[in-house]
This record gives sequence, structure tokens and C-alpha cells, in this order.
Amino acid sequence: MKCDCGHTNPHGAQLCERCGKPLTTELDMRYDGAVIRSKTKKKTLIDKIWALFANVKFGVLLIVLTLIAASLGTILPQVLFVDTSTFASPKEAYTQTYGVFGTIYYTIGFADLYNSWWFQTLVLALAASIVIASIDRGVPLFKALFNQRVTKHDNFLKRQRFTLKVPSEQLTLEEAARVLTTKRYRVRLEDNALLAEKGRFARFGPYINHVGLLIFLSGVMLRLVPGFYVDEELWVREGDTTAIPGAAGYFVENKAFILETYDGERVENAVNSVAKKYETKAVIYKGDTLAGDTANLQELKQASIQVNHPAKFDGYALYQMDYRLDELKTMTFQLTEKKSGKSLGDVTIDLANPQQRYALKNGARVELAGYYPDFDGFDADGAPQTKSPNPNNPAFLFNMYTAETKQGETSFVQIQKTSEPLGETAYKMVFKSADTRDITGLKVRKDVTMPILIVGGIIFMLGVIIGSYMSHRRIWIKQTPEAYLLAAHANKAGYAFKKELADITEKLALPSFDDKREKEGDNDAS
Amino acid sequence: MLLSISSTLLFTAFICYLVATLLFGGAVHGKKEQEKRSHLRFSKAAIVVSIIGFTANVGYFVTRWLYTGHAPVSNMFEFTTAFGMCVVGAFLILYALYRVPSLGLIALPVAIIIIAYASMFPREVAPLIPALKSYWLTIHVLTTVIGEAILAISAFSGLIYLLKVIDVSKRSMERFWLEFILYTLVVVIGFVAITSYFNAIGYEASYTYVDKEGESAAITYHTPALIGMHQYDAQTTDAFEPLVEVPAWINAKKLTTVIWSLLAGTVLYGALRILLRRRLAAVLQPFVQKTTLPLLDEISYRSVLIGFPVFTLGALIFAMIWAQEAWSRMWGWDPKEVWALITWLYYAAFLHVRLSRGWEGKRSAWLAVLGFAIIMFNLIAVNLIIAGLHSYAE
Ligand code: HEM
Repeated sequence: MKCDCGHTNPHGAQLCERCGKPLTTELDMRYDGAVIRSKTKKKTLIDKIWALFANVKFGVLLIVLTLIAASLGTILPQVLFVDTSTFASPKEAYTQTYGVFGTIYYTIGFADLYNSWWFQTLVLALAASIVIASIDRGVPLFKALFNQRVTKHDNFLKRQRFTLKVPSEQLTLEEAARVLTTKRYRVRLEDNALLAEKGRFARFGPYINHVGLLIFLSGVMLRLVPGFYVDEELWVREGDTTAIPGAAGYFVENKAFILETYDGERVENAVNSVAKKYETKAVIYKGDTLAGDTANLQELKQASIQVNHPAKFDGYALYQMDYRLDELKTMTFQLTEKKSGKSLGDVTIDLANPQQRYALKNGARVELAGYYPDFDGFDADGAPQTKSPNPNNPAFLFNMYTAETKQGETSFVQIQKTSEPLGETAYKMVFKSADTRDITGLKVRKDVTMPILIVGGIIFMLGVIIGSYMSHRRIWIKQTPEAYLLAAHANKAGYAFKKELADITEKLALPSFDDKREKEGDNDAS
Repeated sequence: MLLSISSTLLFTAFICYLVATLLFGGAVHGKKEQEKRSHLRFSKAAIVVSIIGFTANVGYFVTRWLYTGHAPVSNMFEFTTAFGMCVVGAFLILYALYRVPSLGLIALPVAIIIIAYASMFPREVAPLIPALKSYWLTIHVLTTVIGEAILAISAFSGLIYLLKVIDVSKRSMERFWLEFILYTLVVVIGFVAITSYFNAIGYEASYTYVDKEGESAAITYHTPALIGMHQYDAQTTDAFEPLVEVPAWINAKKLTTVIWSLLAGTVLYGALRILLRRRLAAVLQPFVQKTTLPLLDEISYRSVLIGFPVFTLGALIFAMIWAQEAWSRMWGWDPKEVWALITWLYYAAFLHVRLSRGWEGKRSAWLAVLGFAIIMFNLIAVNLIIAGLHSYAE
């Protein structure tokens, strides 16, 4: 593109590189007329992709798509918040609760929308767009801003929103410089021209906030990388040592679980927290286990885990989240002869680890033919069923052998109920006692990304504040043979700038600037 | 004692806002040059009364805080009233910057409607549940409300822009939607009117129903139950027989309130139309002629610029800090969080849309108005409807 002055400019330039004359009818002051890559290079595929992602309209489209997607996820509760334990499947839970709509919602994947690949892709595209748009515009903008000429082409000045032309005798550049300096402008003088500028830093605002946002997003993305973020639950029974999920090589032992409750009156005030305090006395170990052998574990630390007082170790934190009280631990039965009531000895069954057979005195023995920890009735064939591996409602199928009943007798024992499925027996297992223990519900968390998120958040906020609450203001004055040409530009807050300009022209005893945007005359912004 | 002072102050603020609205009307009505001095006088009086009202409003807030011992933003009444107060505060800030009286003519009535709406919710002072007792929660909620109020001013300026620029004498989509905006405001007044009416006559009807866990529950309506809960059974003799029954996951009581509000609002709107013999937009138009379009456009953009950082800080950053503290996770995708994010994304989109030429002015004004709709959706629907769908929020 050739300028009147004879200089050949690169395609897409809005201002002549040599004389600064506007070459196009539109002058985009947002980038000071700088050449923007995405607007000029459109040949190769890479150029096209670059141009697409740098396009603010595309960026807005991505933001809007993300927004719409996010809102779809709030129509029904996300699967995370739904108690699906009483249903056959999560899908069933949606169908049962919300009908056909629930089924559709679950089937198209909206029930776990925020973890879906397409939602995450959308966010990734958004991030890419921010990077590309910022480089695309930021680099030429700052080049332009740091290499500003004081003397601008007349046409450049005339294109500005605020313009003024005054006869030569009404103004001197020195006088203007003095007044503008008192208004805290940085003033540059050159031959017959003046440039007064303040708040240039404001132009960095959007770029700073985009950088902050990207840092934040990279923190969020890092959470998906194994080892950076752990958020898991575990239940540990009193006395047990369990591997900590998400923290390979670490184990926790629940020494004791302690629950304190409010006395009657205080319970009411506490609304939904009946428990005043609950705590797990825990020991954390490090090491390997081979087939459940916990002997070669090294004790790392002893900890008391309470609500809001997690146990911390090697970057992990164990939070107290929940508890279950009085889970059955052992049950003791007595082998008894029905007629005489004579005892042949006790059998204590460890419900977490039941044995096959229990030997008693006089050659009597009891064999555990079946164990149903969470007995749930019989199936169609009459076989006993268990709902879960947790000893919520244990039932036992015993074979009892004594000197009198060598071939054995069978008894089916539930809590408070005994039946004899294979005929009347001479002996029975009488429930004697049970031991219970509490289970503590813990949460393991590890978050290496936190510092990244904090730094990103702070940078973002700073950028937004700089970009929003500061404005970049410039005033140009150029002496031409017959008059002074004045022009002014602010990147935002035009009316506040206008007031300042009015103040400046008053101090210089000049008429006020013309405002191109003010098409109507009844403006009451005094 | 403190509580009654607090209520009196709120009532004072309410009256001041009403008076200030009328005064602002005087300050902008007509266009003639000779009225300029009287306009100025009206403006001055209006702003003085607004400031007095706002001071009383802050007084209400402080005294209630002192009485309850926690920031009064813990239930619908308190939270919504705080929003109304902040709307006036935000208006005062933007007025200080731009001195546009017609802004007051929208901002104050909207604040009045918001406070009236708020007072339909139970006002009693409830003790805070432990999870809500946090310093960060207070900071988070207050900052968010202030941010939303500043963003709301953008919509008011946008509305004035639209009232000014849209030709209401000709049939068009624009005219329809502009009138629709005003209609929704009337519906809120309808809600206030109908709720007050049934409160005044002490209407009450109890029903039992089966909730979505399949358990039996009880509910009391304060308006005649147009819609019945799932498998409802009236407990009050001669209770209104609901017209339809809904599935368990829909709260028929809330739906009934919405329908009553729509009915009352529509009747009220119809009455206004008959009385004024014009569309409401046409009634308002003479009041908005004094300000120039570019100025209105700038106010609309600027208030988003001012409000956006405040909203970001309150609704996202402080919210994350609080969540981290209270639940040890800073983000959990619960609907309230998601809607804060949606609002934030919306305003980010708004700011970017304005970077393209041709998206200033009218289009931008529509977007600003839509933004307010999203904020109100946050305030009303997310709290009352969506959160209600989610069992964990009960
Ligand atoms: C949610 C994501 C985003 C946020 C929060 C954000 C934030 C902002 C803010 C606050 C501004 C300043 C606006 C103003 O001063 O009016 C801005 C400017 C800008 N943003 Fe974004 N942005 C986001 C995404 C994007 C995307 C996806 C693009 C890509 C096209 C983009 C491109 C730009 C550009 C080109 C500017 C103008 C820079 C200038 O004035 O020099 N932004 N952004």
C-alpha cells in the first residue's frame, strides 16, 4: 500500500510508516493503527487458525458457549450431588426422580457435565483464544505505544474524537506544556509539536488479566495430571490400618474414634450438627505392604484429626468428614444343646475376617458354611443374598458337629432369629454378645496447584483493576503555518476525559474541544 | 429496641426513595429551555432526598447487624434488601460521575420494587447455622451484592437508551420487548400486591403430600393453592381445591406464587394501560429525552467496567476463599457457584462484544438489560427454584 509521501507500507497498515498519515478511512485507535497479524496474514492454514482464535467475535462465541453449557448443568443436580446409593444405577436415580427428562439428561451426559471431555475442550479452546488474541494484538499495540512519534500527521489528528483548531497567536507550546504538566501529564516536545500522555499503563490491563487468567486455568488443568491433585474419601474402622487412596505408599491406622455430643439443650441450637466434636486418633505410616502384611510400615506421625483440623503429612491432608457408629465387629455365639441347655463352648466370629471352622471342646466343631454380612432375603432359588460386604445385618449358615450329631446339623442364624432349613436340630447357636466399633470417614486432599491458582487470581485481579479503573489519555498539539491543531484521545471514560479537557482549555483560555460523538445538542453532562 | 429502630429506618428509606423518584421526574420532564432552572432545583432536591434515604437505609443495615450480631444478608429478606440498598448506593456513585437525573428515575423505582419484594419474605431474625458463621462469607456476600448493584446500573442506563431510541409508535419486535421489560417490573409489583393481600386477610391452607424421597411431608400455602403438591391431601377444611397436581420434584407452592403474581401483574398492567391509554414505554419516553445517547452508552459500559472487578472479587475470589475455608474445596460446581460463573462470563462477553464496531449503542443496551435479567435470575430463581431442586441445599 503506497502512501502519498511515496513510502510503500505493508499490507494492512492503517498508518503510513514514514509520515503517519492514515491510509484507510477507518482508524482503529484501540491499537493505534498498528498492523495486526490476524488481520493481514490469511494465506496458510496456520494463518487461518490463528486468525480465527484471535478474532474477538470467536472469543465471545467461546465464552457464550461455555456459559450456556455451564447453565445446562444446573437444570438438574449433578450426579455428584445425587445420593444414588438407593438405586440400581445412577441412571435409575435420574429416571426415578425426574422421569423421562431425567433419563435423557443422564444419557446425554449432562449429569456429569463439568467433567465431560467436550466441556473441558471448550475451556481449553477459550484459553487458546486468549493466548492467541493477546499476542496478536498486544505485541503490535505495545510496539506502537512505545515508539510513538510526537509529531502526528494532520489527518491523524483530525480523525480523533476530540479536536480543536486555534489561531497561532492564542497558544504557545510552552504554555500548553506547563498546564498539562500540572494535570500530571508527561509532556514531550519536539520541533513544533507536543504530546502529552498519562495512564499508558492502563493499556496493559487486559493483557495482564489475560495472563492471570491463563495461569489460573493452567492450575486448574494441572489438577487433571496425576500427582498434582488428590481428593478422595476413605473409611477406616477402629483398629484397622488402611492404604490411603491417591497417596500410594501411605497408610493410616484408626486407633480410636471419639464422639462428643451436646447435652440435650445445646443440641437444639446447633441445628443440624448434633455432634459437638468428633475426632480420630490416627497413626500415619509410610512403606509397602505385601499381601496385607503391615509389619514393615514405618510410623510417620501420630495425629488427632478433627473437623477443621486436618492431619498434614508430606503435602497431603487428611480431613475429618464423617463417621459411622457401632458397626458390628465380632459376634459371639454359644453352641447349646436345645433340650438340656448345656453349653459346648463359645464361638467368636470376627466379622471382617471370619474363619472356616471353629473347634470346641469334646471334639465338637462349628463350620461356617455361609456368611452374609448384609443379609437381604433369599433369591428365587432360596439362596441367601447379601446387599453389601458391610456387616449391617449379618446372617450365618452354620454346620454344627458334636459327638451325638456326627453327620452335622445345619442352622441359619440371623440377628434375633434362627431357622433350621434342613430339619429340626438338637443343637443350636445361641447369640451371646457382640462387639462394635466405630468407623471414621476421612478425606484425603493434596493440592499442589493452590499457589498457581492464588498467583493467577491475584494477577488477574490486578489486571482487571488496572484496565478498568485507569484510562490512557493523550493530547497532541501540532503547530502548522496558519494554526495550532489539537487532538485528544482516551481509551475509555470519554466523558470524564471531556471534563478534564474542558478544564485544560479553560486554563489556556481556549475554546473547548469539539466532540465528534456528541451529535445531539441537549447533553446535560455538565 | 434496636430491631424496631432498624425497621423504622428501612421504612424511612423506602419513603425517601418514593419522594426522590417523584422529584427526579420533575427534574427531567419536558425539554424546554426555560425549564432549565427548575430542573436543576428538582435534581438537587431529588439527590438530597436520595442521599437521606440511602443514609437511613445504611442505618437499617448497621442497626440490624448490631442486633443480630451477624451481617444481615443471611436470608432472602435481608439479602434482597441489601441488594436494593446497594442499587441506590451504586446509583449515587454513577450519579456523582455523570449527573444524569433520568438514571434516578429508573434506579430508585427499581430499588423500591426490590425492597418491597424483599419485605414479602419472613423478616424474623434467625440464628445462623454453623456453616454460615464465617468472616469470609460476610465479605463474599457483601462484595458480590455491591458488584451486582453496580452492574445493574448498566441495565438502567441501557433501558433509558432503549426508551429513547426505540420508536414506540411503530409496531416492532423492539417495541414488544421493551414493553415486556416494563411488564416484568409490573409483575413484581403484582407479586407484592397479591402477597400483601393474602397476608392481610391471613390466608392459610395446609396440605400433606409425598415428597420425592417418597416420604410424607406437610406444607402450608399462604395463597389459594392453584397447583397442588405431589399426591396432596388438604388438611385445612374448605381449603382451595388445587386445579392440577405436579410431580414430586416440582415445588407447587412456589409455582402457585408465581402464577398468582403473573395474574395480579397482568391485571395491574392491563389497568395501567386502560388508565394511561398508552404503552408504558410511551408514558416513560418524555422523561428520558434530556440525556444524549452517547452519554447513556458510556454510562452503561462504564458501570460494567466498574462493577466487573468488584463482582469478580466478591462472587468468585472471595467465594473460593470461603469455600476453601468452609468445605476445604474452593469450587464444587454447585448451582449457586455455577450461576456466579455464568454471570461473570456474561459480563466478560459483554466487555468483549463492545470491542467490535457496531456493538455499541442499541445492541449493547439490550445486552446490558439482559445482564440485569441474569442477576435477578441469580437472586430469585437460583435461590428459590434451582437450589430447591437440589436436596443438599435444604
Ligand atoms: C473468560 C475469559 C476472559 C476474560 C475474563 C477476559 C477479560 C478481559 C477484560 C476484563 C478485558 C478488558 C475489557 C475492557 O477494557 O473493556 C479484556 C480485553 C480483551 N480481551 Fe479478554 N477476557 C477473556 C477472554 C478473551 C478471549 C477468549 C479473547 C479472544 C478473542 C479475548 C480477547 C481480548 C481482547 C482482544 C481485549 C482487548 C485488549 C485491548 O483493549 O487492548 N479475551 N478481556
